[in-house]
Amino acid sequence: MTGAKHPHARRHTIAVLVDNEPGVLARVIGLFSGRGYNIESLTVAEVAARENLSRITIVTSGTAQIIEQIKAQLSRLVPVHKVVDLTTDGPAVERELALVKVASIGDKRVEALRIAGIFRAHTVDATNESFVFEIVGRSDKIDAFVNLMEPLGLVDVSRTGVVAIARGTQPL
Amino acid sequence: MSHEQDINGAEILLKALADQGVEVVFGYPGGAVLPIYDEIFKQNRLRHILVRHEQAAVHAAEGYARATGKVGCVLVTSGPGSTNAVTGLLDAMLDSTPMVCLTGQVPTSLIGNDAFQEADTTGITRPCTKHNYLVKDVNDLARVVHEAFYVAKSGRPGPVVIDLPKDVMTAKGKYVGVGKVRHKTYMPKVKGEMSAIEQAAELMAGAKKPILYFGGGVINSGNAAIDLAGKLVKMTGFPFTQTLMGLGSAPASSPQFLGMVGMHGTYEANLAMHGCDVMVCIGARFDDRVTGKTSAFSPHSKKIHIDIDPSSINKNIMVDVPIVGDVGHVLEDLIRVWKAKQLHIDEKALKSWWRTIDGWRSKDCLRYVRSKKVIKPQYAIERLYELTKAKDPIIATEVGQHQMWAAQFAKFDVARHWLTSGGLGTMGFGLPAAMGAQVAFPDKLVVNIAGESSIQMNIQELATLMQERLAVKIFIMNNQYLGMVRQWQELLHGGRYAESHMDVHPDFVKLAEAYGHKGRRVDKPADLDDAIMEMIETPGAFILDVRTDASENVFPMIPAGAAHNEMLMGPEDEAGNPSSEDGMVLV
Ligand SMILES: Cc1ncc(C[n+]2csc(CCOP(=O)(O)OP(=O)(O)O)c2C)c(N)n1
Ligand SMILES: [Mg+2]
Repeated sequence: MTGAKHPHARRHTIAVLVDNEPGVLARVIGLFSGRGYNIESLTVAEVAARENLSRITIVTSGTAQIIEQIKAQLSRLVPVHKVVDLTTDGPAVERELALVKVASIGDKRVEALRIAGIFRAHTVDATNESFVFEIVGRSDKIDAFVNLMEPLGLVDVSRTGVVAIARGTQPL
Repeated sequence: MSHEQDINGAEILLKALADQGVEVVFGYPGGAVLPIYDEIFKQNRLRHILVRHEQAAVHAAEGYARATGKVGCVLVTSGPGSTNAVTGLLDAMLDSTPMVCLTGQVPTSLIGNDAFQEADTTGITRPCTKHNYLVKDVNDLARVVHEAFYVAKSGRPGPVVIDLPKDVMTAKGKYVGVGKVRHKTYMPKVKGEMSAIEQAAELMAGAKKPILYFGGGVINSGNAAIDLAGKLVKMTGFPFTQTLMGLGSAPASSPQFLGMVGMHGTYEANLAMHGCDVMVCIGARFDDRVTGKTSAFSPHSKKIHIDIDPSSINKNIMVDVPIVGDVGHVLEDLIRVWKAKQLHIDEKALKSWWRTIDGWRSKDCLRYVRSKKVIKPQYAIERLYELTKAKDPIIATEVGQHQMWAAQFAKFDVARHWLTSGGLGTMGFGLPAAMGAQVAFPDKLVVNIAGESSIQMNIQELATLMQERLAVKIFIMNNQYLGMVRQWQELLHGGRYAESHMDVHPDFVKLAEAYGHKGRRVDKPADLDDAIMEMIETPGAFILDVRTDASENVFPMIPAGAAHNEMLMGPEDEAGNPSSEDGMVLV
């Protein structure tokens, strides 16, 4: 039971600092699939080349007990330095980037461009019949933008998944 | 500048094993590990035990590790060698047994090419090891080996795989010693939170109906923890119980011992767990075999949980006072706090709690109907125990009814004398595990209590016993059935015995003889003592084929999905079909 559908399930964003070694991502993903936890999004990239550290940001959901389990299970993986629940440990900023392709002509094309302006999306590619917009924001903002593009000729979406960082002066 | 000479990978490996104090490796050769075997050939410090199947190498290393407290060591080849080891690795993982398993791998240039005997060993073993490594550069090798031993034995112990491509074993590189390796991330917390320990002490002092519940973590923590567990028992006068893995963590001969807890635990242990007001869980993990139905588990108690693994806490059962730390360290602090605060138990309440418990005890839940005609399995173990206890034997088991009867009827006053597969329940564990223990203690009496079916899962090790002159005594409780399967079919599936009876079994006496050992069959209760004495007194390995009553079931039993106070006590309880629909899907 993932607990993801439990009435008390809540969405959590968890940051995990790991040694950037082969297999570390497989370990994290295997832990989630093997124990039936839910992954809504997962991002990973090296963040400190000299110390050979990568940061994984996972968005998951579950009851408080499941989230505690997830954190404990992540913490006991050998290459894991740190696990922080950005949802519970003070305020944090979350961002996601999406590239959104819209193909249309006439009024629809004009409307797509106008809405992109409202959302402060950048146009990073254009042809006579299409745009690629780059939009940055919280996931729900991107959801809203994608929904609005749907009737305006939406043909493709690529999203990065969530990255997040705590507000204030402190490191992870 | 280092003045160390470059040496090849296989030499580095052996040097690192020597520095880690490894004396024995259980293994089986093959193409990918030939350079390592070549190095083994050239020295005589490290003893290699040549098993007959890689699964047995891993179980043997488990037996060795559990009997000694040291890290077990295994060496197998690539591909089929490593896949054969997988069951053993998961067994070690679930029972928190420290082990380093070296697996051969195809040369780095061929990895990913579906080369001959290539397997993605790190991929396959990732979920069944505590950690694993693929060494691609010979200059990482020594560090990785030292790290692997550190990881295997620190915190909650477990198996670690090191995958060794053949070219890394022949490449030249530098050795680094143990002292120079420090782990960057893995530093388990051993000291418990003082405020939580104080809270625990006070809860215990205020308890009216307390119970101590010891698990395998006490034994894994080490001798200090085992001593302290005994001290805690004496100091508090509390009743205590143990899990299957915790047997021997405190002396079974103590009058405070209630017997094992759980599915086939005693009536008094399970009812005391159910009715207690303060439960102190020490190095155990509220496994489903212990708790039964979690929603009805010990409903009125405050629970204290001491465990080195934070993920064990609040996993199955929510507790009131979690203490993350090593059992030895935490018990030391707990006893110190108890004395410093001059805490006392509530004598009057405890007396009345003991009266209640004695009432449960008087039910004599392990009693069985004796027979002059057939050997009752319980009787077989009782006699084995009585006739060997002076020798303080190490007892291994396979998996099934015989394992549960052994847990109920053999008694352990010391730790590390009980080797059983608890978490994974692996048939075929016992013979190789007994073999590993016998390697560590060649002069000790080591008995494998086996089922006639389980024993056949690693029977080939009879050859290893002969080759290494290991005098393991194999006590087969032969009921001609997959007895535990038959029991579940009887209780839960209307007596439809699908595929749980085997018409064909080998003649175990002849089988023993075929491998050069001695053996005997016994089917009359009157001959049993004599047969057991012959088994013990005959030099070398021995198979005693004990024909037992095939219809006997293990009681008490908490059916899957039932609560501790819904125990079946014996055949008379079977009729009232106890199993809920929810229970039927549980294992
Ligand atoms: C490798 C493996 N396969 C299947 C099982 C399921 N299983 C549990 S007990 C048991 C029967 C064991 O029979 P036997 O060794 O004769 O012991 P008995 O129960 O008769 O004492 C089986 C098949 C298991 N535990 N392990
Ligand atoms: Mg049997």
